[in-house]
Amino acid sequence: MTKVGTIAAVADPPLPAVRLPRRRGVELALVVPAVLLPVYGYCAVGLARSGTVPPGAVGYGAGLGVLALLAHIAVRLRAPYADPLLLPIGVLLNGLGLVLIYRLDLETPGDEAAPAQLVWSTLGVALFILVVLVLRDHRWLQRYAYVCVVVALALLTLPICFPAVNGARIWIRFGGLSIQPGEFAKVLLAVFFAAYLAANRSALAYAGRQVWRLQLPTGRVLGPVVAIWLLSVGVLVLERDLGTSLLFFGLFVILLYVATGRTGWIAVGLLLAAAGAVTVGRLEPHVHNRIGEWLHPFASIEAGQGPGQVAQSLFSFAAGGMTGTGLGLGHSVLVGFAVKSDFILATAGEELGLAGLSAVFLLYALLVERGYRAGLALRDPFGRLLAIGLASLVALQVFVIAGGVTGLIPLTGLAMPFLAQGGSSVVTNWTIVALLIRVSHVARRQYDGRVAP
Amino acid sequence: MTRHIRHAAVFCVLLLVTLLVHTAWLQVVQGPSYSTNPANRRSVIARYQQPRGEILVGGRPVTGSLDTGEQLRYERTYTDGPLYAPVTGFASQLYGTTFLEHTEDGVLSGTDPMLSVFPLWQDLTRTRPPGGNVVTTLDPAAQRAAFDGLGPRTGAVAAIEPATGRILALVSTPSYDPSELSGNGPETVAAWKRLNQDPKQPMLNRAVRQTYPPGSTFKVVTAAAALDAGVVKDLDARTDSPDPYRLPGTTTQLANEADGCENASLRHAFQWSCNTVFAKLAVDVGVEGMRATAEGFGFNDEGLRIPFWVSPSTFDTQVDQAQLALSSIGQYNTRATPLQMAMVAAAVAAGGQVRTPYLVERTTRRSGGTVSAAGSRPVRQVMRPATAARLRELMAGVVTDGTGRNAAIPGVTVGAKTGTAQHGPGNSGTPYAWCISWAQKHGDLEPGVAVAVVVKDSSARRGDISGGGTAAPIARAVMEAVLHSPATG
Repeated sequence: MTKVGTIAAVADPPLPAVRLPRRRGVELALVVPAVLLPVYGYCAVGLARSGTVPPGAVGYGAGLGVLALLAHIAVRLRAPYADPLLLPIGVLLNGLGLVLIYRLDLETPGDEAAPAQLVWSTLGVALFILVVLVLRDHRWLQRYAYVCVVVALALLTLPICFPAVNGARIWIRFGGLSIQPGEFAKVLLAVFFAAYLAANRSALAYAGRQVWRLQLPTGRVLGPVVAIWLLSVGVLVLERDLGTSLLFFGLFVILLYVATGRTGWIAVGLLLAAAGAVTVGRLEPHVHNRIGEWLHPFASIEAGQGPGQVAQSLFSFAAGGMTGTGLGLGHSVLVGFAVKSDFILATAGEELGLAGLSAVFLLYALLVERGYRAGLALRDPFGRLLAIGLASLVALQVFVIAGGVTGLIPLTGLAMPFLAQGGSSVVTNWTIVALLIRVSHVARRQYDGRVAP
Repeated sequence: MTRHIRHAAVFCVLLLVTLLVHTAWLQVVQGPSYSTNPANRRSVIARYQQPRGEILVGGRPVTGSLDTGEQLRYERTYTDGPLYAPVTGFASQLYGTTFLEHTEDGVLSGTDPMLSVFPLWQDLTRTRPPGGNVVTTLDPAAQRAAFDGLGPRTGAVAAIEPATGRILALVSTPSYDPSELSGNGPETVAAWKRLNQDPKQPMLNRAVRQTYPPGSTFKVVTAAAALDAGVVKDLDARTDSPDPYRLPGTTTQLANEADGCENASLRHAFQWSCNTVFAKLAVDVGVEGMRATAEGFGFNDEGLRIPFWVSPSTFDTQVDQAQLALSSIGQYNTRATPLQMAMVAAAVAAGGQVRTPYLVERTTRRSGGTVSAAGSRPVRQVMRPATAARLRELMAGVVTDGTGRNAAIPGVTVGAKTGTAQHGPGNSGTPYAWCISWAQKHGDLEPGVAVAVVVKDSSARRGDISGGGTAAPIARAVMEAVLHSPATG
């Protein structure tokens, strides 16, 4: 491995005056505990449930270790200056998710999700390696912005042709496989937003009238904003996917603000979001129910119909307390369906407690922070917006789904990045980490000691 | 652009802080109130997560736990369900608990704080101490003898150790197998429905939760009152009592089923159960005297716990003289549980002292350490020791030369009183035969066992003789079992 690193270093162009350390050794040193922690969790589940270390522990650890190692080698080869924290965080969260899903599989013997999740994780890492190896320069993506948006729209509208599952039309199924194309669309849309805003930021920023203190946009540049708004509301109405539409809209508003620096855009954005949410909340019974469940999670108990999913989720978090029950010893399976996907955080909250849950949140926060740091260090507007967009995507998604299952905001169906069961989600999140690795590599390689304009 | 990126970063930090604060509030501040929500199944799951403690009879458990592997993991089992059902009750995942399973639930399920050896450590590791054991006072041989003696008939038996109040047998038939109710499946629901709709009422604990008119067995109480009040001074002296006896203030003539009752001595009247003599005696003693004696024995006591509650036996005190006369021969509003009548026999046997009966000898941790033990119980002197001695003489006479000959045990002094409980409108229901008795081995200081038996008997026409015919042999079998068992014998 050292040899590979040396070769990569030799292959590099001559060094400019100021060069940051590559920190690949740090990455490797962090990847090792990131693999060992989930293996320890896997053993802890087995010890708690049957008193023995599960027979698959070695194979599981080896599998996760090989995947992490391959990813690390790919980064060493093609992105030697990349941020050393990104890969270990991805490995740790993915491994933790596998442990939680394996742990829940023990409660539902007829419905095992961990093996499939492991396969999807492998695919995700494979795509990660592919992106790191093939995508030499992230600016190459800028050229395909409009291809991205067309593919994204196609992916978003595809599930409308397929039957609804659990009240939402966000899956397409063929054979035994079910794919959530909205997940892939996220990344494509982030690329498009970044490219579009990087190209049009001056027009968006400096045209328009000033009303009181707000710089309002002109009608011509308002078009794309309204289009995005219609898109997210359309997704919401047609697919009943409140979470994804919230995510798109939040992402667009953040990127618009970062690109133009106009608070007027935020005002317009919030106004449109509120209008959309109120209208849909009134008209769509599905969304209306979700809001009712958020305001009164125990209404169904008082009505004598037993606890609903949100109530069960709250019970789970409450049972965890400060230190949690310990892996394998909670009863979060009472949440019922979606316990391994949307409600995976309830298991983390019950079995790892507030301590473990805070650690998980801080891991996400660190991932987002590294994305923002890369964005700050980059100098091309597209790269900056792409890094901010991808990082914000993770931040928004974690907030929306974690807030939903803890009763902070109405529940919307989104997957907890890396933790939740769902192949499309894992693959997408590995792609996001790969893109962040790429931009952070560029950011840190070109670093010359000055803050970017 | 950099400035605005920093603003967006601050926004993300705000989201994170909101999440952390909300989660901390949910898990630490709000959490405890959610865990007690009745819709939260976690407390129920925790309750059945470990085997329940055992109920011990004669040093051996009569209960067990079955690992079902379901969400509610351990189910209660019973080795001799129907035999011990009136004592153990059931512990159902659907229908709660009854009797000892109910009153001793804290120890059995492991929630009793006394079970924790290191409470702080157990709080920290979230472990529950294993369920403790409940050691009963029952004598398995006596319990078996009573159960077999009643057989397919409807009835109940209560046996007490007079010197202590320990309950040696508590049987009710027809009985049921409480393990049928342990689970939570449809078969449990079906069993619950079937047992509740059964006209034979198998779940009714007749020994402590059903009262019967005590009939002539109540004459022990009346005799005690008369002797204590000095209304009768000599057992063999003539009493001034007509036959038939006109109830005071009425035209109703009270008759006898026995012969030779006119002006009969107390000894003769007790042996042959003369209604007229005892009715007259009670009127002579008066309401206050009768009330004091009856309540001394435990009638009208609503607070008796053994440790589960016992239906109060009643002796009406708001009566005129005619009603008092009828009450005192175990009719009118006088009703008694079999346990109460066993207490009457035990008081006579124990020199006039009534001891509160109890079923739980001690409770222990799984490892054997004692958690609580039956301490000394309050003793109540209900009659003078001399009166008790004379009553023993009278009751022994019933066995040697009266209606209770079937209770006799060779080589053992046995005292008894038999009776018949008429019931139903116009006494149309199948009558119950009664026998209360005690037995004393030669050489023992006082009787080792007191028993009350009540059994439904369709052939009971002349009550006292039928009481001797059907109930006395069961009483004898129980007394023999106690006197021959190694623990007490």
